[in-house]
Amino acid sequence: MKIAVCIKRVPEMDVRFKIAPSGTSVDETGLKWDMSDFDGYAVEAALQMTEKLGSGEVVVVTVGPDAAQETLRKALSMGAARAIHLKADPIPFDNFAIARALAAELQGGGYDLILFGKMSIDSSNGAVGPITAELLNLPCVAAASKLEVANGKGTARRELEGAAELLEFPLPAVVSIDEGVARPRYPSLKGIMAAKKKPLEVKPAQLGDVRMTVSTMALPPERPPGRILGDGVAAVPELVRLLQTEAKVL
Amino acid sequence: MANNVLAFAESRGGDLRKVAYESVTVARVLADATGGDVHVVVAGPPGIAAKAGALGTYGADVVTVVEHAAFADYNPEALSALLADRAKSGGYRVVALIASAQGKDLAPRVAGKLGVPLASDLTTVRLDGDKVVGTHPVNTGKVIATVTLAANPAVVSLRPGAVTAAEKPRSARVETAAPSGDPAASRVKVTQTIAGNTAKLDLGDAPVIVSGGRGLKAPENFKLVEDLAAAFGNAAVGATRAVTDDGWRPHSDQIGQTGRQVSPNLYVAVGISGAIQHLAGMRTSKTIVAINKDPEAPIFKVADYGIVGDVLEVVPALTAAVKAAKAH
Repeated sequence: MKIAVCIKRVPEMDVRFKIAPSGTSVDETGLKWDMSDFDGYAVEAALQMTEKLGSGEVVVVTVGPDAAQETLRKALSMGAARAIHLKADPIPFDNFAIARALAAELQGGGYDLILFGKMSIDSSNGAVGPITAELLNLPCVAAASKLEVANGKGTARRELEGAAELLEFPLPAVVSIDEGVARPRYPSLKGIMAAKKKPLEVKPAQLGDVRMTVSTMALPPERPPGRILGDGVAAVPELVRLLQTEAKVL
Repeated sequence: MANNVLAFAESRGGDLRKVAYESVTVARVLADATGGDVHVVVAGPPGIAAKAGALGTYGADVVTVVEHAAFADYNPEALSALLADRAKSGGYRVVALIASAQGKDLAPRVAGKLGVPLASDLTTVRLDGDKVVGTHPVNTGKVIATVTLAANPAVVSLRPGAVTAAEKPRSARVETAAPSGDPAASRVKVTQTIAGNTAKLDLGDAPVIVSGGRGLKAPENFKLVEDLAAAFGNAAVGATRAVTDDGWRPHSDQIGQTGRQVSPNLYVAVGISGAIQHLAGMRTSKTIVAINKDPEAPIFKVADYGIVGDVLEVVPALTAAVKAAKAH
């Protein structure tokens, strides 16, 4: 079982973002970076599958600047065997261009399964996985909340609005991973040491034309400051009055 | 011809979904800007054609219906092939979908088949000369990106609820068409659609959401949240990640960065401290109410109205007061 996992380096989100002077990106000063949340679930799912089988290889791939190698090293320290860095600085916002670069790399790689997080937590498009699948002409399930593979076949579950669906597909396939599939492990010290010696290949990303760009980035309008109406049950009548007369939601 | 817009009308179980009308409204607005027509594709099991006429009410000029038994469940490969083939044949300016659970899976496949990027989960969209411009929340909603798409056709998906379906009656021509290829031959097959509780409002559709966190102290106290939701009558129940991780509530109820992102008219946060992770899922709600015993809880920074107190006392009192207000 040979599994590729496509991951992305993203800023940690628990900060107040500032807009860069260019007006088209966030100011990266002081930001901390990590693997995108859903990509962590995908790496973990891949590792668990190969561990369960007792054989196989997990290869992690990223499109990004030099610093994205830290994210690849993290995946290696979790247990991936090797890494491929497709250099692009900055990462274009065009999900087709990124999918094109990934497909060019993955094509002919002999992967049984290609995993993605269901979306990157920064650009939040959820499109690169399914577009890559189209370019490779592979079956695809987006946002799987459960995934199992056996005997050249995969089964998955997807959450819908107030419902769910179960799916079946042949391998090789592309699957993007939702939360719930696997909680990512923390790299062990041994894993971190071993990761330093694992192969990390660097090549330029074959992005092609970029047809989707960010023309501006802005902070959303601030919410007007809220009011604490009071303490305990005594404040309930005032809350109900405001919900009726001011917010008009009751 | 190149001013026309192609919309996808989503269905489930042989019925159109609410988002089907939203996508027609999006297409109508874009088409009106340049004097184009709105063409809509509907696919479903035999019988779906009877529902197609309703799309004219929202501004469809032509509705193409494809009936096939293999469209009874979601059929991503056959649907994306159908939409992409339609888009190619018609010389459309824009292909519009809604970023529902189905749309999030379908839209990028259509874009991939057409060889173009996808402007996904937009909250607004407009034409700007030969480009399409949309706004899209990024970085868990803390930043709004304005995205410019220079591809033809432009494939866009709109966030559910971002556009309100508006009646704009046209005498829609309904025509039937054959699928692209054999829908029964798809490699990816839905083997079962598990219906949820249909009486239960989905978090994405509910005008009011009452959500509970660790401050409820024990899973059985979620009854208080459910009672308050029932008092509103049009409310769904949500939860924080802490609570779903502990198994108090199903994962599908989780609101936050890695769960559902919602923007109801009213969001009531019960015993929720307001971790960044949670705020990412609900900060765009129109009105936010917070009930929490800790006056320093970050949830009070985003709440329009706050009550400091024990949720086990305040919530039953609020439930009674809401019931009384509704009775008037």
